[in-house]
Amino acid sequence: MFAYTIKRLLQSLVTLAVLATAVFLMMRLMPEEGYFGEGFDRLDQVQIEAALTQMGLRDPLPTQLCRYLSNLLRGDLGRSIVFRPQVPISEIIAPKIPYSVYFGLASIAISLIIGLPMGVMMARFKGRTPDLLGSGYVVLVKAVAPAVCYIFLQLYLSSWLRIPMLFNVRRPLSWILPVLCMSLGNVANYAMWMRRYMVDELNRDYIRFARAKGMSNSKIMTRHVLRNAFVPMAQLLPTSILLTISGSIYVESLFSIPGMGGLLVNAIQRQDNTLVQALVLIFSCVGILGLFLGDVFMAMVDPRIKLDKRSGAR
Amino acid sequence: MRSGKIEGVCDNIDAELFRLARQDESAGERVGYSNYSYWHSTWRIFTKNRVAMFFFFLLCALLLFTFLQPLLPGQRDAVKIYTGDAGRPLRNAPPGRDFWFGTNAIGQDLWARIWSGTRTSMLIGMAVGFFDALMGVLVGSLWGYVRRLDRLITELYNVVQNIPETIILILAAYILRPGMGTIIFAMCIAGWLPTARYVRNQIVIIRDREFNLASRCLGTPTSRIITRNLLPQLVSVIMMRTALAIPLAIGHEVFLTYIGLGLPVSIPSLGNLVNEGRIVMMSPSLRYQLIFPSVMLSLITISFYVIGNSFADAADPKNHL
Repeated sequence: MFAYTIKRLLQSLVTLAVLATAVFLMMRLMPEEGYFGEGFDRLDQVQIEAALTQMGLRDPLPTQLCRYLSNLLRGDLGRSIVFRPQVPISEIIAPKIPYSVYFGLASIAISLIIGLPMGVMMARFKGRTPDLLGSGYVVLVKAVAPAVCYIFLQLYLSSWLRIPMLFNVRRPLSWILPVLCMSLGNVANYAMWMRRYMVDELNRDYIRFARAKGMSNSKIMTRHVLRNAFVPMAQLLPTSILLTISGSIYVESLFSIPGMGGLLVNAIQRQDNTLVQALVLIFSCVGILGLFLGDVFMAMVDPRIKLDKRSGAR
Repeated sequence: MRSGKIEGVCDNIDAELFRLARQDESAGERVGYSNYSYWHSTWRIFTKNRVAMFFFFLLCALLLFTFLQPLLPGQRDAVKIYTGDAGRPLRNAPPGRDFWFGTNAIGQDLWARIWSGTRTSMLIGMAVGFFDALMGVLVGSLWGYVRRLDRLITELYNVVQNIPETIILILAAYILRPGMGTIIFAMCIAGWLPTARYVRNQIVIIRDREFNLASRCLGTPTSRIITRNLLPQLVSVIMMRTALAIPLAIGHEVFLTYIGLGLPVSIPSLGNLVNEGRIVMMSPSLRYQLIFPSVMLSLITISFYVIGNSFADAADPKNHL
């Protein structure tokens, strides 16, 4: 177990290093006007060269890469160029982190609270109305582009429930809709897999034996099926973290939540290279961390998993 | 008397019948041969699924119309700005007899734009789906079949797979200039890895099964083992992944368009249309500009999703009897 954790941790660190390097190298491919912001047109060639040299962008690539990585290790993400010129990026991002974290965690919690019972009900009434309704929901959410789902939820739910359309820190009612939107995909995922795992368990021999013993249906469900179906559910946690990240980018921007996802969309639209670079790195860190925790958690929960092999349906 | 009657019967029997017949070897073959055909069986199971058939015909009709629409008489141009009596553009004309789905904020015909956008989005989706399947099968089969490569590719996979797909998508689309090729390229980079892994897992599972062992012992050439023994088992997985890659690609296109990395506004696509509709959605009388493209998009993606899943069920050899 310990060896596995260490190995998995090393793997995550390698991924992180590779990613940081790749992001850095790819950003060099961007047009250089991205480093100037407003007023690029008024500069002549000499001024541009001078400014680039001063920023260290004319040094040999390996030198730049080393400087960039060592800065990263010290937690220096560089300075924003266009969005808020010359402000350190960590300063821009710091106040936005809590929003993203709270919304992300709330969304995961809510999707667990809604998704798991939904899956249980679907398995319990397999082939009947609750199952069909649930399956319809799963197909709808998984097939229709999330972007479209979010827009329609925002448009119609807000007017039906008479809650504000946009996020407002001082009105807790306006927090409901974004969290709901972010949980949409995860609820479908949890419900679908919970149902599948429970149906798998229901067809096992030991369930037939329990029936033969005269065990009541509800007892079989709670004592046997539910418990065994929970174990493989652990491997969904990393997926749901990734889903939440990608959902948050869209939802935060749509509901104008002052979080990191909304910031990323802003930075992309205004072509702020360093800010995009920093945010992409942060989001990947969260993703990599989420996968790492999920894998370790899975290994802890399920004694049957061989520790040196990766498995699971992701 | 009795014996006499029998003798009488015997007299009438044709002596030809008592000659030894020549053995027909091909007849023996016919008895031992079952006319089971994999694709026939798949199709029969698929057609039994009513919901899937409904979406199948819906999708066929939609696709047919999408590609026939520009050839039909009386269709308008998707990018032309239409003007009214006084030479002013017909902005936000509601759906009516002239413009079936109305016009958008600068006076373009929404009906034509939706079909044109569907063409664009379908093209993107199919290109991405095709590339996913191609790369997935190629890399996946190498990964699964060549034992020496397994270790290397697995380690590489473990590194890359940790990066969220959305991030790869955003990064690739951000660095390259916006355009059709860019979007397709970005989605391809982000998407083929899971397919490769599915294919690899399937190949590893069935590579050393007894029937493959038997085929190899009997001297079946590798190409026949691959096409007859391995591929039919993989077809369900590949088809499903491809069918699901298309709605995913269409969804990604909407997402990329929203964050400003999509196609240029001059090319109508479902992402662009939904985005244009979103901008005017606050006034209820203009909401049709959001609803029409969204309904179109949902119909297509749901059809692909349902068909992909039911086809995978039907093509799974475990469900054949």
